[in-house]
Amino acid sequence: MIEFIVNVFTSANYWFIVLRSTAPILLVTLGAVITESAGIKNMALEGSMLWAALVGVIVSSWTGSAWLGLLGGILAAVAIALTLGLFALKLDANAVLCGVALNLFSTGGTVFVLFSLTGDKGISSSLASKTLPFIKIPFIQDIPWLGKVISGQNVVIWLAIAAVVVVHFIMNKATIGRRIKATGENVEAAKAAGIDPDHIKFFTLIVSGVLAGIAGCFLSMGYTSNFTSGIAAGRGYVANAAQVVAGGTAVGAIFASLIFGLTDAMATYLQNVGLPPELIQALPYFVTILGFIVVTLIRDRRESIRKKKLFEGKLPKGGLKPVMTGSDAGGATPV
Amino acid sequence: MNSKKTKRPGFFGSIRLFFTDRDKLEPALITILAGAFSILMGVGLIFIVSKDPVTSTKNFLLGPVLRTYNFYYLMIAMVPITFTGLAMCIIYKLRYMSLIVDSSFYIGAVVATAIGVKLSLPPGIHPAVAMIAAGLVGGLIGLLPAILKIKWRANELVSSLMFNYIFYFIGSFIILYYLRDRDQTILASLPFQKSFNLPKLVENTQLHAGFIIAAVFVVIVSIFLFRTRWGFEIRIAGANPKFAAYAGIPVATVALYAHFVAGFIGGLGGAVEMSGLYRAFIWQMNPSYAMDGVIVAMLARKNPKFVPLSAFFLAYLRVGADFMSRRGDVAFEFITLLQGMIILILASDKILNYFKARRLRRNALLAESSANAAAAQGGQA
Repeated sequence: MIEFIVNVFTSANYWFIVLRSTAPILLVTLGAVITESAGIKNMALEGSMLWAALVGVIVSSWTGSAWLGLLGGILAAVAIALTLGLFALKLDANAVLCGVALNLFSTGGTVFVLFSLTGDKGISSSLASKTLPFIKIPFIQDIPWLGKVISGQNVVIWLAIAAVVVVHFIMNKATIGRRIKATGENVEAAKAAGIDPDHIKFFTLIVSGVLAGIAGCFLSMGYTSNFTSGIAAGRGYVANAAQVVAGGTAVGAIFASLIFGLTDAMATYLQNVGLPPELIQALPYFVTILGFIVVTLIRDRRESIRKKKLFEGKLPKGGLKPVMTGSDAGGATPV
Repeated sequence: MNSKKTKRPGFFGSIRLFFTDRDKLEPALITILAGAFSILMGVGLIFIVSKDPVTSTKNFLLGPVLRTYNFYYLMIAMVPITFTGLAMCIIYKLRYMSLIVDSSFYIGAVVATAIGVKLSLPPGIHPAVAMIAAGLVGGLIGLLPAILKIKWRANELVSSLMFNYIFYFIGSFIILYYLRDRDQTILASLPFQKSFNLPKLVENTQLHAGFIIAAVFVVIVSIFLFRTRWGFEIRIAGANPKFAAYAGIPVATVALYAHFVAGFIGGLGGAVEMSGLYRAFIWQMNPSYAMDGVIVAMLARKNPKFVPLSAFFLAYLRVGADFMSRRGDVAFEFITLLQGMIILILASDKILNYFKARRLRRNALLAESSANAAAAQGGQA
């Protein structure tokens, strides 16, 4: 057993798979992090990914260009995110319920469109779609272990890493980041400061749509080379759990999505050992919810200690700090 | 009020009240309009993709009533979505967002399969035992996201979605490793014992006694929510948790038993579906009746009394779409586009309260102008 684990963790192939399965989760988790910071829960990420995956395949087969496919996919994903915004922000609908509706809309809708175009409900193999390029890095690919891990990865893995930097920059360095946080923490205060909360929320929805779009296109044009029905396989939902684990930061999103990536990659190895595949398939979701529970537990404990201190008049050093509460802590927003 | 008891309006009285109370009438009207709009959208989609749109539209709109067996099929299709719809009504009354009923239903079906295959009991008692066992397991599963939310304020929708994946894999693991029929080429459980199947209501059709059980549960849940202390507590805790807490209602306990009841109904629904309709467990994937339950509950405006009506509407759409897709070139899945649209519209407070908002605005304007007029008169005098 120990030998098996050591073998897995030292093999370059394992870490190659880890990077590959972490990247899409990382992208959507970043999307969830940024919308959640603005105080709107984007449950439609799953739907965004599905449409992006399908539209990416269709556009790339029509135009013969994977990049135009990616663009199309991103636009489709943004359209879903904007629909959520339209109903949740302009028509006063419950955002979570809208997300559920849009996911339902997308699960069946993508199959409907696929069938109407190709006559097949399961897979898009009759469309000659392209894949996004895999990048071989000139010198690094000759380094024995490292070369096998990071050379030959899809361009989207690098896009995901770039996205972490971009989202981190947006959230912490740019003016818009402060506005996002202000909107998320106190809408009335943000309004008083001259911020239009709806604008900010729409902006974060667009960003999350772009990220989910890239992730969706990766699934059908890189991770695999076809669209299959239900290709997102709950990654959008996992992202919503991972966002809580990430604690609302872009760097935290790396760790949160790595939890999923490590287990997901491990699952492929465990299958070879002869453990029942059904239970192994459940493993990534199980680990995600475990992380989700542990993090909410810790945060809740920390907050109750803080409240106790406040009550006793012992303030922490540096005065009061804003603490994640309410929807940031993953719920408790009345619906 | 003195010592006199307030008189409850009778049946016709309550109908008259309904039609005079615009706050109730208008959302009902908009719900019907949302249904009509979704049908129109469906017809529009058919005209876009179908080569023979007229026949397809006819099959879609009239399919359920064109053939007798289609109508029986519709009645069968109503059964599972009535159960999940009732369960979602309870959860939505509490203003929780959990979708855990999906797991309850699926695992309920798995538990019923295990009992149907492994135990031999006299007919009648056999399905009853399976239903109660499935209900209990479903109820316990239903508790999970509620516990996480109450104890650590973990978002119940996110956790329930994760649980749905986990329980789906666990369920199919149980079927595959303990109950599988190895003589079958497709994934199927061993056949049920004869005593496990519910009797058929009409000879030579699939319409089973589960239809009556579902009807009974509509009555039970209506009474539970509107005529018992527990239901009252659920409604108060949902409408205003803080008020409920001040009034001495144990909000956490209420949330727990509400979820247990919802999960129980879901699990029982899974067992009814198995013993009524199938001779072995043959689901290749999770049928996800909880999503249909969401629509049924929203169309019923979270009122169990209207669940049969909205279940009928949804089943009508589905049977029509199924009939059309078998005889034409439009995929059955187009129905989910309509379902998603219905939820989006009904979730939007602005759309639902459009007339009310307009009325309030107009009244406010009228009041303002009359006040202005009065002020002007006062100035002249």
